[in-house]
Amino acid sequence: MAELLQFMSSGLTVGAIYALVALGFTLIYKASDIINFAQGEFVMLGGMTTVFAALAGVPLPLAALIAVVATTAIGMALHRFAIEPARGASPVALIMITIGASIFLRGVAQIVFDRRFHSLPPLLGADPIQFAGAAILPQSLVVLAGATVIVLLLWLLIERTLLGKAVVATAANRLAARLIGIDTRRIVDFSFAVSAAIGAIAGILITPIALTSYDAGTLLALKGFAAAMLGGIGSAAGAVVGGLLIGMMEAFAAGYVSSNYKDAVAFLIILVVLVAIPQGLFGRAKVERV
Amino acid sequence: MPAIAIAALVAILPLFFPSGYYYRIGVLVLIFSLAVVGLNLLMGFAGQVSLGHAGFLGIGAYSVAIGPVHLGLPSWLSLLAGALLSGGIAFLVGRPILRLKGHYLAVATLGLGLLLAIVLTNEARWTGGPDGMSVPKLELFGWSVRGATAWYWVAGVTFVCGFVLALNLMDSPTGRALQAIHDSEIAARVLGIDVARKKLAIFVISAMYASVAGSFLALFNGYITPDAAGFLRSIELVAMVVLGGMGSIVGSLVGACVLVVLPQALTVFHDYEQALLGLVVMVFMIFLRQGIVPSIAGALAGRRK
Repeated sequence: MAELLQFMSSGLTVGAIYALVALGFTLIYKASDIINFAQGEFVMLGGMTTVFAALAGVPLPLAALIAVVATTAIGMALHRFAIEPARGASPVALIMITIGASIFLRGVAQIVFDRRFHSLPPLLGADPIQFAGAAILPQSLVVLAGATVIVLLLWLLIERTLLGKAVVATAANRLAARLIGIDTRRIVDFSFAVSAAIGAIAGILITPIALTSYDAGTLLALKGFAAAMLGGIGSAAGAVVGGLLIGMMEAFAAGYVSSNYKDAVAFLIILVVLVAIPQGLFGRAKVERV
Repeated sequence: MPAIAIAALVAILPLFFPSGYYYRIGVLVLIFSLAVVGLNLLMGFAGQVSLGHAGFLGIGAYSVAIGPVHLGLPSWLSLLAGALLSGGIAFLVGRPILRLKGHYLAVATLGLGLLLAIVLTNEARWTGGPDGMSVPKLELFGWSVRGATAWYWVAGVTFVCGFVLALNLMDSPTGRALQAIHDSEIAARVLGIDVARKKLAIFVISAMYASVAGSFLALFNGYITPDAAGFLRSIELVAMVVLGGMGSIVGSLVGACVLVVLPQALTVFHDYEQALLGLVVMVFMIFLRQGIVPSIAGALAGRRK
């Protein structure tokens, strides 16, 4: 029982981060049909910028703020200078551009920062909380709380503001949205900014537990992408559920099977799910008109 | 006609190589071109993305390492066994996976490639784990193939064969069926094409191309690590296809050439290598979004008008 609880807490923590990465994928995909493979680099930039700002003597909360603002600016720059000029290119070409951007950001990060692993001090101390025989890190609770707040804020933004309604309209039908006066280009810009900010916050939250380095983004992006697919791409609820599921599956696989094969189990289950339910858990089956 | 031109190019090019180092680069270009031609058959002609092709490259590479070291098989037989194994795996997983479309197919192939890489990394008893293992030299009819010059000719002949095979395949009824599937799967099905079978066939063939290229890479380098099967390698292969031009067999050679030569040229910049590589991929895709060969061909055709 204690074991089960232990695996669940670590699974939920890492799952929450996957969920945030998957939400970033979903938001950009909804607004523009683009799969942004540089999403993992946003997470890395959030963590690394905070670490280096803090090393330079900036107080931690301010360092975190600087990291989020800087990453958001980079996200918008990515859209303006790389995605926007290639408008109308094939989906594969657009995917290659975002992969190029991810290699570029990784390359720049190892010049501007360094190639070592870094950590941050946990927000609520490092002493594990004993709960029913399981040792739970206080930072896990911070991660879960932070992820919950972000999901709620995003929900409020989408459901309760005019800007959010414009995003929904753009996602539903870009031409119709433009006809009723929505500047869809700015909406896509906005979706890149929000995705980058979410990624950066996820990076700051997880760094005290998982460490970060210039190349930490790749695997996070793959897991987040898989989570978004598992939930059904384009579904925000699916992204959250997919992320948590993958985190849990990984934790249980690492605990009960073998930690060497934890990545394998996650991808194996995704393969099985995709073959059994090709639209993902929450996606709607697309009916094509010929 | 293009086949003769390519064969002539491969044969004449070494006359301009000032040193053995250039032979080495030439071998790498030819080996990667072989894998890229196979992937281009799948992506450019049949219109199916694979983000996990390095997995098959890895199977080919490790088969020529494990076969001679652990099983006592000759290298050439291990190479064939690796190609058959890759084709077999592609056949088994291809049917369910190829039903998926677009991004779902991308994530499924990605997962497949990662799984293969994870197995290669973790089965240390057979593969040497993350440190990799050394690969015995290739022996052909008592001739031990060693040195970049010898390898250039072995890789060159194999590449030209693979190139001609791909061209003929595209001109065959299967090739035309695949191009129909690329344009519209439903229209192809209405025409009576067995879509699932044709897609599976090209997936198996392209996996075998990657496997043979992987075997050559391992035999040439004399050493192999799980990086050969990793996600970044898969991305590199896709980038070669897209840079050269999807659906252009000549483009495969150009794409492989750019992405093999470029990092060599960039080693001068040392720390900036990765950043520049990413930048080059972005700039090429933004300004030559059709790929290098189709873009140039289009520009030439436009001028003639």
